[in-house]
Amino acid sequence: MSTRTSPSPSSPTPPSRGTSSAPASARPAAPQAPGFASSVWLVSEREIRARLRSKAFLISSALLLVIILGSILFAGFSANSAGSEATKVAVVDATSEVIPAAAAKSFDVTVVDDEQAAEKLVRDGDVEAAILPDRSGDSPLLFEVVANDSAPTSVVQALSTAPKVVLLDQGADAGFLGYLVAIAFGLVFFSSAMTFGSTIAQSVVEEKQTRVVEILMSAIPVRALLAGKVLGNSILAFAQIALIAVIAIVGLTVTGQSDLLTGLGAPIVWFVIFFVIGFVLLAALFAATAALVSRQEDVGSTTMPVTMLVMLPYFAVIFFNDNPTVLAIMSYIPFSAPVGMPVRLFLGTAEWWEPLLSLAILAVTTVVVLLLGSKMYSNSLLRTGARVKLGEALRG
Amino acid sequence: MLQLENITRSYGDRQVLHDVSFTVQPGRMTGFVGGNGAGKTTTMRIILGVLSADGGTVTKDGKPLTAGDRHRFGYMPEERGLYPKMKVEEQLVYLARLHGFSSSRATQNTRELLESLGLEERANDTLESLSLGNQQRAQIAAALVHQPDLLVLDEPFSGLDPLAVDTVVGVLKERADAGVPVLFSSHQLDIVERLCDDLVIIANGEIRASGSREALREKHATRRFELQAGTDIGWIRGLPGVDVVEFDGGYALFDADTDETAQLVLRRAVEAGAVTTFHPQRPSLAHIFREVIR
Repeated sequence: MSTRTSPSPSSPTPPSRGTSSAPASARPAAPQAPGFASSVWLVSEREIRARLRSKAFLISSALLLVIILGSILFAGFSANSAGSEATKVAVVDATSEVIPAAAAKSFDVTVVDDEQAAEKLVRDGDVEAAILPDRSGDSPLLFEVVANDSAPTSVVQALSTAPKVVLLDQGADAGFLGYLVAIAFGLVFFSSAMTFGSTIAQSVVEEKQTRVVEILMSAIPVRALLAGKVLGNSILAFAQIALIAVIAIVGLTVTGQSDLLTGLGAPIVWFVIFFVIGFVLLAALFAATAALVSRQEDVGSTTMPVTMLVMLPYFAVIFFNDNPTVLAIMSYIPFSAPVGMPVRLFLGTAEWWEPLLSLAILAVTTVVVLLLGSKMYSNSLLRTGARVKLGEALRG
Repeated sequence: MLQLENITRSYGDRQVLHDVSFTVQPGRMTGFVGGNGAGKTTTMRIILGVLSADGGTVTKDGKPLTAGDRHRFGYMPEERGLYPKMKVEEQLVYLARLHGFSSSRATQNTRELLESLGLEERANDTLESLSLGNQQRAQIAAALVHQPDLLVLDEPFSGLDPLAVDTVVGVLKERADAGVPVLFSSHQLDIVERLCDDLVIIANGEIRASGSREALREKHATRRFELQAGTDIGWIRGLPGVDVVEFDGGYALFDADTDETAQLVLRRAVEAGAVTTFHPQRPSLAHIFREVIR
């Protein structure tokens, strides 16, 4: 009888089948079990492939990128239109020199022969204002600004000299920009962690619900299965975050917001580093809690505490982004550090060693959670039916 | 040869396996029979290493099982499961690769197996789009795709239509004939009776009987005989040591107290006229099963 499967098992072995009619021992040598690392990689490869084939995933990812790119471009254009369009002014010879050098680049200067010609240009709307020699004689400046029907704010501002301001309590409040940056980090972390976290949870329950997990467990160690899931989804999450970071940096450069970029570059890099480790932490938690239940419908309730851990830093950073104490605490708690620390770095309130310390805390927490999580995961995988109690899952 | 010795296992306070011992011989189909909750699935999971035993040993050819040995086992769990949204060929290749096969050999094994199971046209369909019967075949393929050295199949025939049963039986017999020990559980006793060479009966976590099917039949044979004669054999009722179970003119089904009594009945019948049938009635598997689990 053929050792390979022949279509008609009852027929006598055809002599011509050669090697295929040999007994089991004469098959090509049975392959060795794959090592731990290659098992992990096979699992993560499958996870990635399954995700990339899901239309829902591709669409939501593309949408997130478009929103981010859009908001950067919008911010860039609105900044440009407000600041860089030169104001048209008319001057005569006598006043052509009074425009301060700093203001000169924001003016589109037309030099006319006399004051009447300048006033005509103003009346016709060809220029916003005319800068003429002071005729009243009571101005401390030697010129006056002539406009048509309302005071030309931009011209007045450009010609004004503001006193230098020294802040005694620096960095406590970065104002609106700080708020936006904080929300951006919070939102990106929140949406990526939620997307891939719930993906892991669903994938764990899918395998448990369809019982394919039993076949997988007979082939590879449970830890390799968990590690592969965490790795696969972490790679996708990292790719998404890296893509967002690149889009943000390129977008800021292209739209000429390089000032913002100088301040944001380092925080973005730290954000990516924190995110990578922070996501592994969350992924392990999502996998371990999802393994407690046996049906997709129950995933939400059991992963709820983890979802809260993802949502809290997001809301905290929205409400407390101007509170240095809360931000400082956030930047050391492992679950909020990926948001808190980059925001503090942006605001310039963190010492150079603080991200390193926070990263170390995060890494240690992640290792501990991975160990506990893989225990919960292994202990719960074969227990179907009622939800496994947390204590039982940890005890085994 | 796979040997289980004194395997015990408890879930919490409840002991589900008590000193379970039996062997699975190479090249033989071993039926594993027991009621619901008797401990079949737990035993199989322990063989596969998916569960650990509290005590006892599982050895292969006298040596304790290693992860490497288990890697060469093929397993079909009782609760069917593959990835619903993955293509059939793709997931079989994936499973073969998890068992250490190269991508190309995994693909080759998968194609050959799908062909022999009549699934080659479904290779690129997702599992969930297959009919239930075809999903079952894919499940069998998942247990076989890495050319295992030992097969452990939990209820491989449940939910299969008769045609699919034949296909699966064919594929399994083929593996057994190639020298692979096959252990399969079932509560469809008629299929087990038709298929198995050896039999293990479990009840309440204890092995009640094990051995070759024929030996078990001999052991549980009663002195019950069937006699069909051309003449009326009403006289049989009066014989000492004979207990008639069924009677209809020339036909009698009876229990004899000794073999001599049975021979006496036969001699009397032959003297009285023609005898068309006389044989001991072999106990059916269902009969043995009911007897040993009592």
